[in-house]
Amino acid sequence: MTLSRSTRRRAGTALLFIPLSAYVAFLAFPLLWLLSTSFKLPNEIMVSRPAIVPKQPTLENYREVLGPEGVVRPSLNTFKVSVAAALLALAIALPAAYALARKQSPLNKAIIGWILVSQSFPSILIIVPLFLILARVALSNSHVGLIFVYVVWSLPFVLWILHGFVKGLPVELEEAAAMDGASFPQILFRILMPLLLPGLATTLLYALVNAWNEFFFALVVLKDPDLVTIQVSLARFRGIEGLARWGPLAAGSVVATLPALIAFTFLQRRLVSGLLSGGVKN
Amino acid sequence: MKTTTSGSIQVAAAQARSRQLMSSLMLYLPLLIPVLVLSVIPLVQGIWLGFTDYKLGTTPPRFNFLDNYARMLADRDFWMSFRTGFVWTFTVTAGEIALGMGLAMILNARLPMRGLWRILILIPWAMPPVIKGLIWRFVYHPDAGLLNYGLMSLGLLRDPINWLSDFSWALPAVIVVGIWTGLPLATIVLLSGLQTIPEELAEAGSLDGASGWQQFRNVTLPLLTPIIIALSSLEFIWNFNSFGLVYVLTEGGPAGLTRLPMLFAYLEGFAFGNLGYAAALGNVMVLVIGGFVLYGVRRQAAATI
Repeated sequence: MTLSRSTRRRAGTALLFIPLSAYVAFLAFPLLWLLSTSFKLPNEIMVSRPAIVPKQPTLENYREVLGPEGVVRPSLNTFKVSVAAALLALAIALPAAYALARKQSPLNKAIIGWILVSQSFPSILIIVPLFLILARVALSNSHVGLIFVYVVWSLPFVLWILHGFVKGLPVELEEAAAMDGASFPQILFRILMPLLLPGLATTLLYALVNAWNEFFFALVVLKDPDLVTIQVSLARFRGIEGLARWGPLAAGSVVATLPALIAFTFLQRRLVSGLLSGGVKN
Repeated sequence: MKTTTSGSIQVAAAQARSRQLMSSLMLYLPLLIPVLVLSVIPLVQGIWLGFTDYKLGTTPPRFNFLDNYARMLADRDFWMSFRTGFVWTFTVTAGEIALGMGLAMILNARLPMRGLWRILILIPWAMPPVIKGLIWRFVYHPDAGLLNYGLMSLGLLRDPINWLSDFSWALPAVIVVGIWTGLPLATIVLLSGLQTIPEELAEAGSLDGASGWQQFRNVTLPLLTPIIIALSSLEFIWNFNSFGLVYVLTEGGPAGLTRLPMLFAYLEGFAFGNLGYAAALGNVMVLVIGGFVLYGVRRQAAATI
């Protein structure tokens, strides 16, 4: 009559696959559909009974978006801006993250206050004055201007995550090195850096993806069509062409999504541990 | 003799403290300059603009004290956008956390191919907001959309609905996309919380004859409360300030029914050039968020006592 404990558990696990498939279908099917649309010709897109597998798969859409009028240039623009911004943000945040994690000072409170405030203020408040400042130094409508905006915009998060990673390292290592007479730069570069490398990589990748995906600031700062980022160019494409040109738009969207998606599969586990170690150990 | 020793110790301690302050100032210096110039100063200027009549153009801003706020009280669009903002923020936050809790508990069970599921559920998180908007516009399309096709072939719907232009469906349709977007992060955070609960606790509960629901209610939920409160405060802030997704989906339409506060402020500022009024709207958003976060922190304090 009574089932053994392990049989019951196995049956329970099997039952979990029903809600799990519903979740996965809800979360993943839009991307699947985007992929499928990107391989379709217009006569298969604007139909009332769309098929998930294209009947006549075509590479025409990809040929178009990878051509001279496509997304290659905006992608390169975005790549340039996001790499520069992420590296700069990391270089600025690393010493500060160390101070925040290891040194007691009244400045820490001010910095944490700034992190909280900057995270909770709507960007509409900052964008107008920021735009005026950039215009005054002739950096509006330029990649350098957008890089500065992204650095400051990503700093709170980068700083918080990095400080979590620093805090996760045992302080005894530094104390032991200091006892042995190592100077502060030696401790920083010989002892901390190698241990922090995975954390630094995680943070860098996260800042990169965020800048790659950003839309609002890029929309406001850049006006020149040759300078726009990939998100702005896709949004504009939609605006001009409407749904009639969905095939190339879908192909462009796939191209724009893939880098972020690949990065995130590497990131997810480490990112959460960095987030939580920053918060829990306070 | 004794007093001089303690005095010199005090001096040494003060010296150590100021040395510590100096070294920490040096470490903060590269951060402080860009933060002051590009974050703190523009923020203060933005707050100040909310008390002026600044318009896009040449005339310099003129201080007009509370005029913008008086105008807001009489502005029906303002009330509508904040009401929409609250409905959006609360339903999206609650939906993310409730659905995320379910998904996190499924993923916390020892399923085969856990790594694969975890990557698949992350998809919406990694996608750029512009593309999320584009995809869902297509899903909701009245003629070629997947949703109408699915519902009609299941026999649940006779005539196609233009979801994003329909007066009663537009806001719910947008909210579903909001939940879809935020579900991955909520799930991952809740999952990492679940994994810190020692398995012995659950086993002890089931040996004592607690049902699944009792275990969840009396063991899991209380242990997760701090994480849930932290997560919902963050989600509240993000959702209340959200912009890109709805901008691409509906641009606030139909007839302003999905015009979230941030969209309203953006349109006032950049479409109509009322930068002072837009900044004033931003200030009110800050007040709302501040009030909510304070309330959340107080509840958290009350919950931990």
